[in-house]
Amino acid sequence: MDKYLQVENAGMVFEKRGQSCEVLRDISLTVKRSEFVSLIGHSGCGKSTLLNLVAGLLKPTTGHLLLGNKEIAGPGPERGVVFQNHSLLPWLTCTGNVMLAVERVFGEREKRARLLERTRAALALVGLTEAANKYPDEISGGMKQRVGIARALAMEPKVLLLDEPFGALDALTRAHLQDELLAIVANTGSTVVMVTHDVDEAVLLSDRIVMMTNGPAATIGGILEVDLDRPRNRLSLATNPRYIECRREVLEFLYQRQARKAA
Amino acid sequence: MALGIAVFIVLWAFIAKFGRIPDPVSVGKEAIKVFSNPFYSNGPNDQGIGWNVLMSLGRVGIGFGLAAAVGIPLGFLIGRFRFLSDMAAPIIALLKPVSPLAWLPIGLLVFKAANPASIYVIFICSLWPMIVNTAVGVRQIPQDYLNVARVLNLSEWKVFTKILFPAVLPYMLTGVRLSIGVAWLVIVAAEMLTGGVGIGFWVWDEWNNLKVDHIIIAIIVIGLVGLVLEQALIFVARKVSHG
Repeated sequence: MDKYLQVENAGMVFEKRGQSCEVLRDISLTVKRSEFVSLIGHSGCGKSTLLNLVAGLLKPTTGHLLLGNKEIAGPGPERGVVFQNHSLLPWLTCTGNVMLAVERVFGEREKRARLLERTRAALALVGLTEAANKYPDEISGGMKQRVGIARALAMEPKVLLLDEPFGALDALTRAHLQDELLAIVANTGSTVVMVTHDVDEAVLLSDRIVMMTNGPAATIGGILEVDLDRPRNRLSLATNPRYIECRREVLEFLYQRQARKAA
Repeated sequence: MALGIAVFIVLWAFIAKFGRIPDPVSVGKEAIKVFSNPFYSNGPNDQGIGWNVLMSLGRVGIGFGLAAAVGIPLGFLIGRFRFLSDMAAPIIALLKPVSPLAWLPIGLLVFKAANPASIYVIFICSLWPMIVNTAVGVRQIPQDYLNVARVLNLSEWKVFTKILFPAVLPYMLTGVRLSIGVAWLVIVAAEMLTGGVGIGFWVWDEWNNLKVDHIIIAIIVIGLVGLVLEQALIFVARKVSHG
């Protein structure tokens, strides 16, 4: 089996004012090239922490992570991250924000004209050619998130890491961006790891869904293969028995086996 | 606005009727005389109001510029490194509330001349707001922006020019505005004590000559200059601030 991204017995303990808090325990997961994997679980289960480990923003307390058989030692441009809150720099235009990433990855090898071309192409890919010279506070939330995706894609990352990328958007915009993401991933063949708490989103987009148990010391509770054909269409899936079955399984996991105790 | 100024002038005229303060009309006449030749020079102790204001502004400019050159980098360091911040905090807390004029004798002692001593006082009083506001700005930078820097693996230089500096700029400009405001307050007092050419000394000199109408003109001029400085900096701050 093609083991592209490997997480081996990773555990994460945070030290806070002398108290230690175990967030993740004994996580093992392999992701194949061009696979789309979702991490789903209740909030506070450490799914974002796991994504940050893959991104290299955090270092695991125990175990290790490998990408293409090389240990992940820190953040790197071969892993493009899309943050939940878009994290665009407000003093740069959309072009400027994407350009910052493009310059970092390709700046030493390519001429400026080529870098601008890459930036334009990335913005065109997410349908933002018109807004290229606008500042983040001049565009809508959905558009900001698209710039975030364009910034990550423009780096031509080996792995795309999405941290609840559509969590802050309204349902219609979210559905629209999910469809766009499906098309982009189908075109680029990217390997994707996405954190989400949206069951429909996970089933619609993923090849596999990693279901996480509740924290503290969260671990992988189960992995569901979503063996639905691609390209997927949200309308025809709505009545597809396998889709409904997948959906039921994730819901059952979240609301029966890992039901949150009344807060 | 016009009404406010009119009421003010009427009140002034009313008070002038009973006191020793010159009334608006005589001050106005005198002001025309003073402003008709603002740049005359009859030796070091008798120069036009234009020269006096420019000399004061020059001192503020130099003292303030030095304070910016020292305070902004210091503020960045203190904001970025906890260790330095812990070290500097008690010293800043102790020295910040000290009236800048208390530093004047030290300045005279060290520099043995009036002009560098008043520049030094301006430097000291401008320094604290610059350091404190820059440091606060650095500490306020959202973690998100720094995460962007990390996942993009930006060079230190890029992090500074594309993230730290623009994020801190609005805070820095607040520091600049506070500093200039304080500096302009302090220069008048410092010049009263040190003499030479300058708007503060001019006020003191006219008091010694008992030309009260000139003192009132000076007060209005000082106010106007302060207002212009403040508005200019607010304008700049608005130009460069984002979200």
